[in-house]
Amino acid sequence: MSKAKFKNPVVKWIDHRLPIFSFMDHELNHYPTPKNLNYFWNFGSLAGIALVTMIITGIVLSMNYTAHVDYAFDSVERIMRDVNHGWLIRYIHMNGASFFFIVVYIHIFRGLYYGSYKAPRELLWILGVLILLLMMATAFMGYVLPWGQMSFWGATVITNLFSAIPLVGESIVTWLWGGFSVDNSTLNRFFSLHFVLPFVIVGVVILHLVALHRFGSNNPIGIDVKGTQDTLPFNPYYTIKDLFGLGVFLTIFAAAVFFFPNFMGHPDNYIEANPMVTPAHIVPEWYFLPFYAILRAIPDKLGGVLFMFGSIAVLFVIPWLDRSSVRSSQFRPIFKIFFWILLADCVLLGYLGAMPAEGIYVILSRIATAYYFFHFLILFPLLPYIEKTKPLPISISEPVLSGSSPASAFAFREKK
Amino acid sequence: MSTKTKNKNNKDEGKRDFLVVSTYAMAGIGAASFAWPLIDQMNPAADTLALASTEIDLSSLEEGQAITVKWRGKPVFVRHRTAEEIKNAQEASIDDMRDPEKDSDRVTNEKYIVLVGVCTHLGCVPLGQKSGDVKGQYGGWFCPCHGSHYDHSGRIRKGPAPTNLAVPSYEFLSDTLIKIG
Repeated sequence: MSKAKFKNPVVKWIDHRLPIFSFMDHELNHYPTPKNLNYFWNFGSLAGIALVTMIITGIVLSMNYTAHVDYAFDSVERIMRDVNHGWLIRYIHMNGASFFFIVVYIHIFRGLYYGSYKAPRELLWILGVLILLLMMATAFMGYVLPWGQMSFWGATVITNLFSAIPLVGESIVTWLWGGFSVDNSTLNRFFSLHFVLPFVIVGVVILHLVALHRFGSNNPIGIDVKGTQDTLPFNPYYTIKDLFGLGVFLTIFAAAVFFFPNFMGHPDNYIEANPMVTPAHIVPEWYFLPFYAILRAIPDKLGGVLFMFGSIAVLFVIPWLDRSSVRSSQFRPIFKIFFWILLADCVLLGYLGAMPAEGIYVILSRIATAYYFFHFLILFPLLPYIEKTKPLPISISEPVLSGSSPASAFAFREKK
Repeated sequence: MSTKTKNKNNKDEGKRDFLVVSTYAMAGIGAASFAWPLIDQMNPAADTLALASTEIDLSSLEEGQAITVKWRGKPVFVRHRTAEEIKNAQEASIDDMRDPEKDSDRVTNEKYIVLVGVCTHLGCVPLGQKSGDVKGQYGGWFCPCHGSHYDHSGRIRKGPAPTNLAVPSYEFLSDTLIKIG
């Protein structure tokens, strides 16, 4: 590690005792990053910024929120009407959840397309899936807090999933509720957990970053960095690229917050929770729809629950299901086609999750669910035996198609 | 090293292992007994368990009508069945039902069917209590969330729900007064 030279005597004094500045210099300034990253590599840092945004707005909202069945709904309406800038803060938090998921889903599909989960980045991927799971739990509990009809019935349906577990299911559900239905105890514990889980996510994100910095980012052609000629220092090259992406992201985010803040929500959630009446169409938030479609596709309660959780569990073992040593889809012609089919399949599942569970929608849900599992459990392990991959470039600085030899790569380095 | 000291060492090692294992065991028991109150506090509290029972007066409930009352935070359905509905419920063949149960085992007075109005699939409240509601293919109740059909006895006949609508414990205090819970 090159010893960072700091001019400021205070910084120098501190760094000698607590090498925080050396650490930042190493990990954020000089940090060697593949020089061919495209804009899909912006979404990791965007996800981090979304998380910080959620935590800041969430802490502020909690200062005005009351976690009690008699007051929760009204306290949220008070935030919207009376609390200074409350509407803005709540709309940022509400839409922030959706945007967080948008960014994270793009980040995940980026990883799938470019094989970022492959050795030596398996743990990096697994930590990412863990973050996704924690995000889902946090988002679900947060959605319950406004205590609208969708909050209440969403909480009822999701907690009832656990009643599918044989023998102990009912006891687990009662334990989760702290009563015989979703009620005040449930709301209180959900508030507590919704507050603390984001900080757990921060912890896992730190582990995710430590694992990332061990081998550095993957890149669009998916081959290892061979030397300094393949990399750029993170700062200023990627700080500026990330900041540009952030500007675009914030523009779209602000448009949602200011012009269509309720586009991704459900009007039913502006009706206070009523344990006696279920709304005609209970639909989860859009980011859960594909999983909800899988749940409903299986005509058996326990089966549906197992397949739904299985659809996330399978993500944990992807690094071992995909047997190909070639990372990037750019060199895997068949894999690339199936990647787009998978993406279309997930979008279709999302659409089906929003439709009523009847007729053609059920049949399509079953086909789409079957494809989802086929893709990971059968296609991933078997494809490498059939597929002929394209020749890989020699290095990042010298794509194979340029017609040059390894010697010219050396010459290129000399010239530089 | 003499045989004597070697034996002594072995003896010491055995003693050390015992101490290590018993320390871990005690620490484990201590951690578990401290964890239990933290886990069990999430179970229903005494006041929740002590929720009062509910009494329902059925005297104004005409044949074909239904009422919904709240018991333990959940809706309870009471329907005054018509003669035809009773006949349907009693004569339906239970052999091909998912959760076979005779109608006579589910009612105290065959005129009144009393059910916990919570779908056994994922906990929605089925439709069928109001006159304009969709009642499903079997004329009882229909859960709009995931499409479960219940018959006049609240038995699951079609859809994803695994069991019949639950019958709460209740008793007739008089001909037209019941006490649930």
